[in-house]
Amino acid sequence: MSDKLNAATAMSSSSGGSSSGGPPENSRRLLFGAYLDFIRIRFLTMLAYRINYYSGILIYSLNIGVNYFTWMAIYGNGDSLGGFTATQMTSYVAVSWMARAFYFNNLDREISTDIRDGSIAIQFIRPYNYVLVKMMQGFGEGMFRFLLFMIPGMAIAMLLFPVQLPTAPSAWAGFLVMLFFSFLINSQINIITGLSAFFVENNEGMMRMKRVIVDLFSGLIVPISLFPDWLSSILKVLPFQAITYLPGSVFTGRVQGVGIWNVLGIQIVWFLALLIPIVWLYHAARQRLFVQGG
Amino acid sequence: MTAIQVQDLRKTFKVQKNREGLKGAFADLFKREYTEVTAVKDISFSIPEGEICGYIGENGAGKSTTIKMLTGILVPTSGNLTVGGYVPYLEREKFVKNIGVVFGQRSQLWWDIGVIESFQLLRKVYRVSEQDFKKRLDELVERLQLQELLNRPVRKLSLGQRMRCELVAALLHNPSIVFLDEPTIGLDIVVKSEIREFLKDMNREHGTTILLTTHDLQDIEALCSRVIMLDDGRIIYDGGLEDLKQRWGTGREVQFQFGNATKRQQLELWTEGMSVTWSAENDLGASVWIPLELNVSDVLGRVVGKADITDIKIIETNTDDIVRSIYQSGSADKPEKQAAALKDEREALHV
Repeated sequence: MSDKLNAATAMSSSSGGSSSGGPPENSRRLLFGAYLDFIRIRFLTMLAYRINYYSGILIYSLNIGVNYFTWMAIYGNGDSLGGFTATQMTSYVAVSWMARAFYFNNLDREISTDIRDGSIAIQFIRPYNYVLVKMMQGFGEGMFRFLLFMIPGMAIAMLLFPVQLPTAPSAWAGFLVMLFFSFLINSQINIITGLSAFFVENNEGMMRMKRVIVDLFSGLIVPISLFPDWLSSILKVLPFQAITYLPGSVFTGRVQGVGIWNVLGIQIVWFLALLIPIVWLYHAARQRLFVQGG
Repeated sequence: MTAIQVQDLRKTFKVQKNREGLKGAFADLFKREYTEVTAVKDISFSIPEGEICGYIGENGAGKSTTIKMLTGILVPTSGNLTVGGYVPYLEREKFVKNIGVVFGQRSQLWWDIGVIESFQLLRKVYRVSEQDFKKRLDELVERLQLQELLNRPVRKLSLGQRMRCELVAALLHNPSIVFLDEPTIGLDIVVKSEIREFLKDMNREHGTTILLTTHDLQDIEALCSRVIMLDDGRIIYDGGLEDLKQRWGTGREVQFQFGNATKRQQLELWTEGMSVTWSAENDLGASVWIPLELNVSDVLGRVVGKADITDIKIIETNTDDIVRSIYQSGSADKPEKQAAALKDEREALHV
């Protein structure tokens, strides 16, 4: 069957037109270049609108402040809570919120908007993988957030609050790797939530629920070790802890040695596990997709 | 060779039914009811390579759904289709490298970046080599006069400018089959005719197969040798545009210019017994409406000998009228009586 097409391609290239053929390595390189472009373009677009995001730095610093003072009030004179000392808690709060400043994105909303207004049709006429493109755009946004949100925010937080961070370069390198997995897992959850718009007419409720669940169950608002036992044992088998709680625990020095590798292992396992529902949803969605608006 | 082959293609959507009232809404929470809507009902057609085919029908007739199945966006409920040797929904990523698609109502350029940047990105997405890309882009840019638009961001283009860029975006990889879903919607006459000319040239020079949906029948008249007409998910006409006009014309209008004053009453007297309608602007000009049952030559015969005629113009029913009446009746089949009359006329024409 594809002979016919090859013939057509050969024909068009011999008749002086361009062709989409070429050696396969070359064509793979071009597609890879396209995916990199999606990162770059999203980054530059965000940069062009950076004024809109300056307030974000303030908001994140405020969040850290509110959480810091709340925790200090809770600690009072006590020196340990759920295995956290007051100093560790301060660092944990700062690190968690700053990590969120990086990994947070609106891929769920972008995908469900594409589906609901029908522009998903445009995505499906292109020879690329839509989910992968979204992931790249999310990463472009992540790079922007990392450089213009997280780093300045972190600097402000360290000035204002008694945050103690490790000084060893290896700890920082490890943290960056884990942060990257936080981003991947959070984006995967966003993509799953977004793709659900294929199956329910309005997934607004799901998106809001997801947001609350991620913030709460990832340990951003309350570290997981402070939850009741029954809940924290449930949370240990869910992916959310791999977004904030585990990397935060490592970076604030609560988890050390072999435990660090365990954390990384859990993140990798979740990253791989979450690929399964994404692939499944994507394929199921193709079967029942209908494009809104004619 | 066949570019597009469609056999008994069907698409059924499940649509959520919202029951009425508070009770209904509550019931919906627990058990959703669905209604099945069949948008495309077992259609078959095939389009040979290098043909420009118009695909027309009322809103909601199933045109866009068909296009979306042909382009691999939708998976058909049943039936077979091959486009350019591929089954679109099975090998989507490979398949779409060979087709170009323009949706008049949706942009495929990236809103925030410059036109040329969009093109560069598409070049990589479609894996077009730098030389091929440059050559093709130069050709398209010159043909569609986009030189000064290339560095503008897409959001600052007018609709006409954007649509020309959309065309380039869809054609950069030199596809052999192109789908155009309402490509001229909302455009002014100048841009419309530019786009038509461009499509015609492309078809002639590259042998590109084009399937086009539109509500503007002038697009069809200018471009298509063949039309497929769809109504309520079924094909009601598939054939030449001329045939359609001949089969469906309800009558003709003949305009006369007279050398000396000729009264309308006089004209009516000459054609007495014929069911024609005269109308006259003044004594030197009149026009007559001749239904299909009558031969134009008979009517002319009665007038020509008697009046001093300086000019005669015969006007066929325009396509808009024809298509409107087909849409209204929901069938392209002629009623018996009119078909018989049509046959008479054809015979008469041969005489």
